Amino acid sequence: MDIKAYIILSLTLFTIGIIGVLIRRNAIIIFMCIELMLNAVNLLLVAFSKMHAASAVAKASPDFVGDAQIFVFFIMVVAAAEVSVGLAIIVMLYRNTHSVDVNFLNRLKN
Amino acid sequence: MNNVLQIAWLIPVLPLIGFIINGAGRNILSKGIAGFIGSSVVLASFLLSIYVFIQVANGNTHVAHYFNFINIETLKIAFDFKIDQLSSLFLLIITGVGFLIHVYSTSYMHNEPAKDFAKYFAYLNLFVFSMLLLVMGANYVIMFIGWEGVGLCSYLLIGYWFKNNDYTDAAKKAFVMNRIGDLGFLLAVFWLISKVGTVSFDEIFAAESLQKLSTTDITGITLLLFVGATGKSAQIPLYTWLPDAMAGPTPVSALIHAATMVTAGIYMIARSNILYTMAPVTQAVVAITGIATAVLAATIALKQNDIKKVLAYSTVSQLGYMFVGLGVGAYTGAVFHVMTHAFFKALLFLGAGSVIHAMGGEQDMRNMGGLKKHMNITHLTFLLGCLAIAGMPPFSGFFSKDEILAAAFSNSPVLWGIGVITAMMTAFYMFRLYGMTFLGKFRGTHEQEHHLHESPVAITIPLIILAILAVFGGLVGIPEVFMHGGHKLEAFLEPVFAQSNAITVKHSLSHSTEYMLMAVSVTGALIALIYAWNKYSKYQKTMAEPTGFAKILANKWYVDELYNGMIISPLKSLSVFFNNIIEKKVIDGMVNGTGKAVNYGSRQLRWLQSGQVGAYILLIVIGILILFIIQLFL
Repeated sequence: MDIKAYIILSLTLFTIGIIGVLIRRNAIIIFMCIELMLNAVNLLLVAFSKMHAASAVAKASPDFVGDAQIFVFFIMVVAAAEVSVGLAIIVMLYRNTHSVDVNFLNRLKN
Repeated sequence: MNNVLQIAWLIPVLPLIGFIINGAGRNILSKGIAGFIGSSVVLASFLLSIYVFIQVANGNTHVAHYFNFINIETLKIAFDFKIDQLSSLFLLIITGVGFLIHVYSTSYMHNEPAKDFAKYFAYLNLFVFSMLLLVMGANYVIMFIGWEGVGLCSYLLIGYWFKNNDYTDAAKKAFVMNRIGDLGFLLAVFWLISKVGTVSFDEIFAAESLQKLSTTDITGITLLLFVGATGKSAQIPLYTWLPDAMAGPTPVSALIHAATMVTAGIYMIARSNILYTMAPVTQAVVAITGIATAVLAATIALKQNDIKKVLAYSTVSQLGYMFVGLGVGAYTGAVFHVMTHAFFKALLFLGAGSVIHAMGGEQDMRNMGGLKKHMNITHLTFLLGCLAIAGMPPFSGFFSKDEILAAAFSNSPVLWGIGVITAMMTAFYMFRLYGMTFLGKFRGTHEQEHHLHESPVAITIPLIILAILAVFGGLVGIPEVFMHGGHKLEAFLEPVFAQSNAITVKHSLSHSTEYMLMAVSVTGALIALIYAWNKYSKYQKTMAEPTGFAKILANKWYVDELYNGMIISPLKSLSVFFNNIIEKKVIDGMVNGTGKAVNYGSRQLRWLQSGQVGAYILLIVIGILILFIIQLFL
């Protein structure tokens, strides 16, 4: 398939994720949007890996290994670690303020 | 012969040591010791100068090299002393007359507190050191160091009684006017360096170096040097500081403003005589300025009532004569007049000091009179000084003044004519001074009359010595018409002016012309003398303000007011403008404005810190977008 479709899809997902981070008030929803952004990037990486493997450059050199999609696993591992830490912070936030509304966190004002 | 090189450096250094001792120890030394140290170092320099003079008279001239002052590839300025006929003669004058004045000062200043007394002698020694540096320097830079030093000491000594604002104003005036002249001197030195590449006298005056200079160069350089001389030696237009400088103690006026500092300009031109001989345009300027100053100052002196002011204007006038001599090429005559003038002017000033001392500080001649009876030695020496300055034969002033006038006549009879008129005015105002002070009846208060007494020995002995010099000092320069080979001074100074003499066309006057010139000037002066003697021995005191032309003379031709209006007031308004508008509004505005702008900006930027996490993330995203767009275009 045309690589453009994958790029557009990935971009769309990424933008939806960003807008979600900026707009939503609930901290857990913000984390979901962050995950969405990471997954959009994963999709892009897999698509490019497949594209590169099928391109002329790859056919030219004999010992070409088309395994760039391995990088996606690294991103997933990082995402998992980061989610665990982030959820721990949200639990502490809930214990102190009894809500998960990020607009409460304005102690650094002025 | 090597001895001269070994001791020459001592001559200026000894007064410097005196300065350091008296200056550093002014709080602890007693008056007797301070005076002794101050005078003895100058005496020691005088004795060394005699030795040097005798060596030079036997034909040994030297350039003593001490160390390299400035040593870069394109310019080498060495700290050298040039010991030749001209400098050794000036050494004798400076240290000799200086020593007499130091001795005089020990008695004249004895009422001062010990700390100020030592300070006075320290400054006086520093002055002698600077003046010696000036005349002994072997290049223009060392001369300039001394030149600046004497200007500084003049400022320090004029403002010696610093608690009086008028005196310190006079000191500042002297220093500023000197500085204006110094600018001319410096420009000339820079010009010389750029064209010839050296400042040493021997190297500049050598024939190869002179060829590198075009006529424009030489005229420009000599004119600029002359500007320096007008400042230091009080010629038009920079002479107004000298009468005001009479605010200093009288011995200071005698040493600095009669015998030594003011002759620095003449020394400098005499040293550079070959440059001036090669620039006839400058010589004409020098001669005209000299005679104009001589006449102007003489007219002003006719109507002054302060005894020191008359002598001050007389100094300016006599300096004018010396410049006339330089301008017509009579270098020996000018130097001769420097010598005789040092003798009789110092004598006159010291005598005036003795009179002021006896009168308890009174300086107005209208309150004096009849002092002949009370002060024999002062009266007699003062009379001899007046006769000398009036140019009466056979006193010293006659020989030197006549030599200049004869040279002026062979250059231009008009110059000579004005010179004779000035000589008559000189005789008149000097004997006006003499008559008002010493003859007639005493016009002061009763208590002043009781206080009148002859001055102590420390004052009268220098007066006597100077009187002897003023009377017999002219005999070293007897002109050809009287005695063949009698002009010992000219023979002595021959090597210094040999280069100039080789290229000037000598106009010799016939003997009969010279006799006639002498007769005319002496008769004229004699008539003026007798007229003044008669008129002022019968002087009736009047404190009335003069009117008409006399008022213009008494107010010094309003030159100070002219300078005030033309130069000082515009400068003051300019600085008021700069202060109020540029300093306060523009520069302060910029500085304060920067502060205000930063303040405003920071208040606006503070709104960014809302504490809302969402806003911070938004800013991160915006930043990433911007970077992304930028990298698209680069």
